[in-house]
Amino acid sequence: MFLIPDPVGRFFHRMASPPHFYALTEKLMPWLVAIFLILLACGLYGGLYLAPPDYQQGDSYRIIYIHVPSAWMSLFIYVMMALAGAIGLIWRIKLAEIVAISSASVGASFTFIALVTGSLWGKPMWGTWWVWDARLTSELVLLFLYLGVIGLYNAIDDKRTASKAVAILALVGVVNIPIIHYSVEWWSTLHQGPTVTKMDKPSIHVSMLVPLLLMAVAFKFYYLIAMLQRTRLELLQRERTANWVKKMVLEQKL
Amino acid sequence: MSLATAFFAIIRRDLLLALRRRSEIANPLFFFVLVITLFPLGVGAKPHLLQAIAPGIIWVSALLAAMLSLDSLFRSDFDDGSLEQMLLSPHPVSILILGKVFAHWLVTGLPLLLIAPLLAVFLGMPNESLGVLLLTLLLGTPVLSLIGAIGVALTVGLRRGGMILSLLVLPLYVPVLIFASNAVEMAAGGLPISAQINILIAMLLMALVLAPWPTAAALKMSVS
Repeated sequence: MFLIPDPVGRFFHRMASPPHFYALTEKLMPWLVAIFLILLACGLYGGLYLAPPDYQQGDSYRIIYIHVPSAWMSLFIYVMMALAGAIGLIWRIKLAEIVAISSASVGASFTFIALVTGSLWGKPMWGTWWVWDARLTSELVLLFLYLGVIGLYNAIDDKRTASKAVAILALVGVVNIPIIHYSVEWWSTLHQGPTVTKMDKPSIHVSMLVPLLLMAVAFKFYYLIAMLQRTRLELLQRERTANWVKKMVLEQKL
Repeated sequence: MSLATAFFAIIRRDLLLALRRRSEIANPLFFFVLVITLFPLGVGAKPHLLQAIAPGIIWVSALLAAMLSLDSLFRSDFDDGSLEQMLLSPHPVSILILGKVFAHWLVTGLPLLLIAPLLAVFLGMPNESLGVLLLTLLLGTPVLSLIGAIGVALTVGLRRGGMILSLLVLPLYVPVLIFASNAVEMAAGGLPISAQINILIAMLLMALVLAPWPTAAALKMSVS
């Protein structure tokens, strides 16, 4: 493996071996679920009870705790998908290809949630369900990109080839991510500017910000859980003739 | 055979093939004109309305025409096996693809440019924005061909790839549509458009440099 120190390379190859990955994620899963539930509980408690109502939007701003983390996740997962796809393409790691396609449907769901909650939020705030504003539109385009990835994967029968196609498409689509991000500056319209990642002091109060960040991290863990479960299932399906799966079936672990 | 010879040989071959099957040149053109004719019938023949939405109509129609003509880019080569020969040649596949896309654009993209002034008159566009419309088409349609090539390369091995191709390609066309139609609209209002034109040029250069790579990778995947 070029450009990569030997111990790191060995670590990745060990990680990428399906039986090892399967056993490891089985052990990790309860911990991930526990962390996710704790973060979710803290974030929701902080967001729905502790945080004060907004002086303009009242209580209806609280949908932010679902909307904003989902929107962040929709971008984050697309980048992860492209990254996993690139790793799969470059080093021919089967596991990375499976991670890429497993991420796609989770990402599409988050994008859909961000769109729906944004629309529900827009009705009381802007007085309309939908405006053709830059960020809404690019989020919609992102949803189409996800659907294209999923559609392409399902259209190709040979799953190895399909994974490669998905990786290429995800890498091409990643060019779209900066456009989405900077679209706010390019065609700023009705949508408010970003309030958290501004360079100067965040224009959101700390009591509202902390639950938001907690929710964001909780969502990251949820993605990890959902993606790993999908990856494990896909792995079993693809490796159904491999010895380690047969052994697990015989030992009645499945 | 040097790379330049191979490059021009591919362009020459594709143009010759297109000339032998003239309907492939004419069909996207008819489609383009037809779609634009549908709009006045659909929204009503109100001159002000049509004039206002003319840049959008023309660009959306150009987008659809470009997308529908994409399938012919690699289809016949894939069917008769010459695509495999191309991939086996010692030359970099991305350069050869550039030749194929260029020939395809000459056959399907350039005619749109030639007929666009007529359609602009149909829709009552002001004369000042006509030049800008042609400029955006000149800069934008090659981008459409280059991006579309990636989509075709991914789906050429599928039996029914047409529908999935449009799902893959249309979202990627969005930035071109936004900046091109916005430039035409601004020009009609007498506003400066250098920003939009610069961004379109940037997109064209980026697509020229970046698009052939994933296309080559996808073609190798499709024939394997």
